Amino acid sequence: MNLLPLVALFPLIGAVVLSFRPRMPDRLAAVFGVGSVGLAALVTAILDLIWLSGAREGVVQQLWQWVSVNDFRMGFTLYLDGLSLTMLNVITGVGFLIHLFASWYMREDLEGGPGYARFFAYMNLFVFSMILLVLGNNLLLLYLGWEGVGLCSYLLIGYYYKTEANAWAAFKAFIVTRVGDVFLAIGMFILFVTFHTLDIQTLLERAPQVWAEGDLMVELAALMLLGGAVGKSAQLPLQTWLADAMAGPTPVSALIHAATMVTAGVYLIARTHTIFELAPFVLELVGVIGMLTLLLAGVTALAQTDIKRVLAYSTMSQIGYMFLALGVQAWDAAIFHLMIHAFFKALLFLASGSVIIACHHEQNIFRMGGLWRTLKLPYACFLVGGAALSALPLVTAGFYSKDEILWLAFDHGHIWLWLGGLIGAFLTSVYTFRMIFIAFHGEEKTHPHAGHGIAHHLPLIVLLVLSTFVGAMISQPLGNVLPEVEGNFGHGVQLTLEVLSSIVAIVGIGVAAAFFLGQRRAITALAESPKGRQTWHFLYSACGFDWLYDRLFVRPWLFIARLHRRDWINALVDLWPGLALACNGLLSTTQSGRLRWYAGVFIAGGTLMLATLMLG
Amino acid sequence: MILPWLLFLPFIGGLLCWQAERAGVAPRPIRWIALLTMVAVLVLSLWLWVTGDYQLGTTVGSEPDWQLQFRLPWIDRFGITFHLALDGLSLIMVALTGFLGVLAVLCSWQEIDTRIGFFHLNLLWIIGGVVGVFLAIDLFLFFFFWEMMLVPMYFLIALWGHSSQGKSPVHAAIKFFIYTQASGLLMLVSILGLVFVHYSQTGTFTFDYSVLREAPISGVFSWVLMLGFFIAFAVKLPVVPLHGWLPDAHAQAPTAGSVDLAGILLKTAAYGMLRFALPLFPETSQAFAPFAMALGLIGIFYGAVLAFAQSDMKRLIACSSISHMGFVLIGIYSGTVLALQGVIVQMVAHAFSAAGLFILSGQIYERLKTRDMRELGGLFGRMGALPGFALAFVVASLGMPGTGNFIGEFLILFGAFSVVPWVVVIASIGLVLAAVYSLYLMHRVYWGPPASETSLGGLDTREYLMMLLVLGLSLLLGFYPQLVLDVSHAAMSEVNHWFVASTSSPLSS
Repeated sequence: MNLLPLVALFPLIGAVVLSFRPRMPDRLAAVFGVGSVGLAALVTAILDLIWLSGAREGVVQQLWQWVSVNDFRMGFTLYLDGLSLTMLNVITGVGFLIHLFASWYMREDLEGGPGYARFFAYMNLFVFSMILLVLGNNLLLLYLGWEGVGLCSYLLIGYYYKTEANAWAAFKAFIVTRVGDVFLAIGMFILFVTFHTLDIQTLLERAPQVWAEGDLMVELAALMLLGGAVGKSAQLPLQTWLADAMAGPTPVSALIHAATMVTAGVYLIARTHTIFELAPFVLELVGVIGMLTLLLAGVTALAQTDIKRVLAYSTMSQIGYMFLALGVQAWDAAIFHLMIHAFFKALLFLASGSVIIACHHEQNIFRMGGLWRTLKLPYACFLVGGAALSALPLVTAGFYSKDEILWLAFDHGHIWLWLGGLIGAFLTSVYTFRMIFIAFHGEEKTHPHAGHGIAHHLPLIVLLVLSTFVGAMISQPLGNVLPEVEGNFGHGVQLTLEVLSSIVAIVGIGVAAAFFLGQRRAITALAESPKGRQTWHFLYSACGFDWLYDRLFVRPWLFIARLHRRDWINALVDLWPGLALACNGLLSTTQSGRLRWYAGVFIAGGTLMLATLMLG
Repeated sequence: MILPWLLFLPFIGGLLCWQAERAGVAPRPIRWIALLTMVAVLVLSLWLWVTGDYQLGTTVGSEPDWQLQFRLPWIDRFGITFHLALDGLSLIMVALTGFLGVLAVLCSWQEIDTRIGFFHLNLLWIIGGVVGVFLAIDLFLFFFFWEMMLVPMYFLIALWGHSSQGKSPVHAAIKFFIYTQASGLLMLVSILGLVFVHYSQTGTFTFDYSVLREAPISGVFSWVLMLGFFIAFAVKLPVVPLHGWLPDAHAQAPTAGSVDLAGILLKTAAYGMLRFALPLFPETSQAFAPFAMALGLIGIFYGAVLAFAQSDMKRLIACSSISHMGFVLIGIYSGTVLALQGVIVQMVAHAFSAAGLFILSGQIYERLKTRDMRELGGLFGRMGALPGFALAFVVASLGMPGTGNFIGEFLILFGAFSVVPWVVVIASIGLVLAAVYSLYLMHRVYWGPPASETSLGGLDTREYLMMLLVLGLSLLLGFYPQLVLDVSHAAMSEVNHWFVASTSSPLSS
């Protein structure tokens, strides 16, 4: 498997070339930027073939010894097994399509100005980091990729750096995820102190030998890993950055903030699943966090007006499903949904990018309307992607992956989580079709110009096909990386549940149609009432988390910083020169040169001395 | 004979520069003399690096494991010798000094245009003094060089500095001088105390490191002596609350001065702790460790808050050094080999990233004549490759994996976690704060709406290559830190041996 390093190498070369030659012609930059990821995807395809024909065992390949101090030995070591191969396919495959689309999008995007090469340099660097994240054999290398994708996310959110708000959105995203990263780091410290290695496979092997189920240390370690996962995957309570991250170019949102990076947390938990299995409390917490996030994001998405923010909250909520799946130990289902979600969410984002360009950078769905007549392909994409997102039965890929999760949640005895997921499914189809009905139906409000060219069409069509049941037929090469858990119920119950959730999804669409198709009188009346307006505002601002964190963290920090604009410790030390000067002033006034003063002091001093002598 | 050459080359080069100016030589040859001198120092130390064998000796700690020694009698009466010695630790520091010396000369190429000969005299003498500090192993000689490097630094700030916030550079220079001079005095007292204790026990005067290291001292007296050393080093590192001189000195110093200050002068303090404070007073240092680590924590947070609150770009970078050195302090006093190795990497990596940032802010100052971040903003597209490099160094300074700073910080944290888990957990919060103030710099200088679209001029070849080299080294350190770790391993194991041996002895007795 000497091909393995090449997967990472091509995007790296692309990134290096593009960052050192930022003024190369756009066409050449596109060739480098898209080509490098294309080559990586090609190598991944070869790896797939080798995998299918070969032994299907994990492969370890050490490139060099990275750090070695006594027992702290970290190799720059890649590890390929079913799980990382699945991730690799998603990253390079979907990544390539998005890069291809971006070569169209960024050319149409006049706002960006010069910087085509810069864009692709960041994107390539992102793909490189993400590949290292999933291929890293030890947690330290995983952490390198982990932080690397965070950096690229920062750079790409702030890609339009001339607008203050974008730069702040990038800032926020980096800092919030960095909080999660610190948890992950502490988790690594705990694991290293216990096992003297960060090699993931060794950790998983030895964890059950050292820790009993429910030990405080293993719960703590798992909790810290969860903290990292929550930050990257925008789950409660570190979810606030994702909606603002939509400030970046739309292909970025598709690649980083929907298809790949935000699922890194899911990957991390799946990768270290043994540790979570030993920590039942934290594992339960994973599921609960997933459920809460999917509900919160679902109701928030209902109130959004920006097409990208609706999609952002739907991403949060879908990752919530994955966390829910992890929490109920439906490991394979989580990864399956990760892949399917990458397909349809990339499709939706790219289609929304196409719509945004077509509508002259309009992102508010209420100022679109009636687009289906002119934007045929994006409309089709939204229908299919939206259907997959809402998990319409049988024909869509989302149905197979999401229902698997709900079924297993029920089957493994987590009724409450299942119920939450079911309510979430209803919300999903409501907000999805609300968006579609408002943006694509009703009266026309702009004059869009449809995108064209192969770089525009091809990615959309491929992803469109993958979002249907065709995508669900891809069998993941997971093998026996992740364990399976015995269920409680039989096939009959499963069928009933599937029918139930199908009905829920369809009812959701019906509700959306009733409220948002046509004149929207009912919903307008509801929204104009005082209570309705309050509720809408609460939902629109994502249930006030930003407000809360602003009060809890940002303002105190700014206050402390303002307090220390003068360095008080230093000011205290600076009193010494002042004191010396004051004493100097005092003493020099005594040297006035007047004889009378000297004589007076002389006599006073003499008297004082005599008096003390006599008294003593 | 290579050690005295290493030491005297900068002094000779400096004198040559000065005399050349007095003889009326044009500026350019003077710069070349200085550059060649520094290159010679660098090449010599790299040659030692390549040819030497710094692997772990068979027995740790019984006898110092010097690679090279040079010894001349000096003041026999008091047992003072001119004793230089080199091990992995000093080699790394000397090579770093040589490299930053080259950078300092290069970045002054256009910035300094008055009294060039005298400037380079001072610059090279600072380097010479620092090399002396890193090589001297006789305590008296060490103190001699310790004081010696301050004088040219004083002139460098006072004569070629900038005024900022209404304060003249002379003010900053005097502040710097008084802080370090006063603390140096404490160290002198401690050195003499140590020598007299040894004298009273054995009847011989000696300032020799390896002899004094064996001298058993305990009780209150060892606390006093240890604190004398610690405070002297703490001022230089700097440790809050003794940091007051640093932001002023940095803000007012010329770029070369800042590069030297952040890159190597601060490192003499960490070196001093590793070489002297810990091995000379292992038991008291062990007892003092909780306090030192608490100070380190305070430094991490206080430095971060200060850095965030600054409006002068250079002051921000200077205050970030306080925060970074907090990690170093924690690493040193946790005493595990892993953490100590991290300290070494962190010192080297911080030298690169801080030097890079200082040089870049110097270049912005050359173009815009201001470093006030309230007047900057939106520079990203206007300066060619400069903002790209700035981004890279900012990212390095917040400890991004792939740069040496990550390896340094994380080795420290990993190493210290087995000893003081809670300290490490709290210190980890500093990683978030590092991101906050570092990106804040990026935000206020480079992002945001540009004042105009005109280009301010990119980097010329000299500047570009300089930055590329520093960045390359930073990345090399991030992806292959073994280059440094292998060299320092024996020396750090020795420090650890002394430190840990002291805890095991009271238990066993």
